Parts: sequence; structure tokens; C-alpha cells
Amino acid sequence: MKQNNPIHELLVARQDEVLQEWLAEMATSGKVGTAAHAEAAQLLAAFQAGVRDGDIARFDQPAWERTRDILADLSRSRAAQGASAGDTSHFVMALKKPLFTGLQQRLAAEPARLFDAIWEVSTLIDKMAQWTATTYQRSREDVIARQQEELLELSTPVVKLWDGVLAVPMIGTLDSHRTQMVMESLLQRIVDTGSELAIIDITGVPTVDTLVAQHLLKTVTAIRLMGADCIISGVRPQIAQTIVHLGIDLQGIVTKATLADALSVAMKRVGYVVTRKA
Amino acid sequence: MERIPILQMGRSLLVTIQVDLQDQTALALQDDLADRIANTGANGVLIDISALEIVDSFIGRMLAGISGITRVLDATTVVVGMQPAVAITLVELGLSLEGVRTALNVERGMAMLRTAFEEDDVDAAS
Repeated sequence: MKQNNPIHELLVARQDEVLQEWLAEMATSGKVGTAAHAEAAQLLAAFQAGVRDGDIARFDQPAWERTRDILADLSRSRAAQGASAGDTSHFVMALKKPLFTGLQQRLAAEPARLFDAIWEVSTLIDKMAQWTATTYQRSREDVIARQQEELLELSTPVVKLWDGVLAVPMIGTLDSHRTQMVMESLLQRIVDTGSELAIIDITGVPTVDTLVAQHLLKTVTAIRLMGADCIISGVRPQIAQTIVHLGIDLQGIVTKATLADALSVAMKRVGYVVTRKA
Repeated sequence: MERIPILQMGRSLLVTIQVDLQDQTALALQDDLADRIANTGANGVLIDISALEIVDSFIGRMLAGISGITRVLDATTVVVGMQPAVAITLVELGLSLEGVRTALNVERGMAMLRTAFEEDDVDAAS
């Protein structure tokens, strides 16, 4: 307990004035949301509790946990509403002015204490603003990671083309993570359905370099080890040229220009004959 | 030490691996199999590894080794029922088991062996 802490005394004595000035300060430089008043009051209460119980120089202490939680919630909800990180930290920074003014009035006679108090408050509020920015960034990164994962799942479906014939239309750049996912889901489907042939369609793969080719070869080898066979289709002319120029050896893998060609080969191998009614 | 049983079905030998292979067991299997092929004159070997969930480079090399040995003894080896995780592991280990025939399950493996026998017979007749 720091009974003689001027910041705490100020907050106890003039909480409402500080709150009003804070809101006014926010209003001077931008729009203030309808929820701002409630948010500010909640934050100020937590802030006061933090000043009372905790060390003002140590924002990472447990006494500041409630303040940190409120700031994190605030930052997250604002991120979801599309506000920028700057808006949220501005909300916190606006608290500086009313606190400085209040301290100046209370400690006008003692410049040394005034300076110390202002320095402490300033550092603390900077830390709070930093905290909102960090949380904001983290919640945005979560969103990006989730979207990436969804994209990954979206772009690797294994479809059954015919009895005993599976196909994977690959879309997007093939990195090792995606190849791993494709390989796992394809091999599992081969076991589940007992399919003897898998067609990997690379029409949607923008470029094939040595790394991508290596990933493809790995997948094909794994399929062969399982006792099934593999056809690669959708090789575009540019990609065929790149493969040859890079000197990639596709080790006797059957490649076809289109998925239709691959399907016709697959049907023949599985023993179906496709005829057309005259 | 436990030994993997080897069953004879017509012209083929059937090996089903139901336990996680220890290195010693694998070596013993290799010996036993070579002996049995020589004694019975079998033309085909079918190794079912559908219950095998863990492989290392040693087991991978052993599978390739068995295939090589049986080929010298004039028999065809088919490895059947490899689990996806096992296949991925072998690929990551750089073992593509060149020259080893594979099939999805025992039924298809037997069919593959029959076809191989027929081809052999035709070759022998001509």
C-alpha cells in the first residue's frame, strides 16, 4: 500500500473529473464510440486498483492483471470492428493529459515530486499502449493463421473419379507443409477405398521448381509403396519446359496434359472400356 | 526369440507380420525365408505388413533385401498392405524400395503373383 502516492490520491479524490477530461481529450482528436464511456470507466477503475496494489514501474506484476485483461479485450473487440492499432493506443494515450494536469495542480509546490510522478505515469501509460498494440497484432495474427489453415484444407480435397480411381486437384504453391497434408489425406483415402490409381492434377500449381518436383516425387513414391499407382496430369506447356530445363527426372511417372487424358488412361488400366452410342 | 511363421499356399509363401519387428526377428525371417524358398521351390513370396505401424531404416532395407534374395532364388516378392504412415516414413528415409512389388491388400497381391506365374510359364514354354 502506498498511501502517500500522489497518483493514487489524485485518482481517489477526482476520479470523475479525470474520466470526463479523458473523454474530452479523446473527443478532440477523432470520433468516440458510444461504448467509450463505459470502457473508459472500467479501465480507470482497474487502473486505480493497479496503482493502489501494485508497483507503478512494473506493469507485468499480478496487480496489473485486471488492467491488462481489460486492455486486451478492448484491443481484440476493436480489431474485430476494424479499428486500427493506432486508434486503440490513442484511446489509452489520451489518459495522459488529465493525469498530468491533475498532478500538476496537486504537486505545484513540489517540482521534484511532480517530475517523478509524471515520469512514472507517462512510462506506465506508454506500457499500456504498447500492450494494446501487441494484443491487437496477436489477434490479427490469429485471424491470419486460421485463414491460412482453412485455405489449406480447402485446396486439397481428394475426390473419387471412378471405381478405383482417385484424383487430387492441387491448387496453389506446393510447399512441404501442403505436400505433407495432400500425401497424408491421399494415402489414407487409398487405404479406405482400396483404389489402385491416383491422379494428381497440377493445373492449379503456378510454378514447378526442383523443390516442388521433389515433393511430387515423394508423394508418388509413397503411393507406389502402398501398392497403388499414380498419374500426374495438368502439365502445362511452360511447366513441361521448366521441368526439362531444370533437368528434373520424373522417374517413369506417367504424365498427361489434361485430367481427361489421365482419366482415360486410368479407365483403361482399371479395365473399363468407354464407348459412345452411335 | 519369436519367429515369424511362413505359410505355403501352392506355389507361393505367405508371411504375415503381426508384431512390431525387432532387428533380430527380421534377420531370422530373412534366413528362414531363403531356406524355405530353396527347399520348396516356391515361385512367389507375399509379405503382408498391414499390421506393421513402425518402421526404421533397418526394416526398410530388410524388405528390399528379402526382395533381392528371393529374386536370385527365382521367386517374385510382393509387399502388401503398407500403412500410409509407414509409406511416408520410408519415403522420408529415402528408401523407395526400387524393384519391390507392392499391392494394396493380400487379395490383389495374390492376383499379382498369379499374373507373374502365368508370365513365367509363358516364357518357359516359348
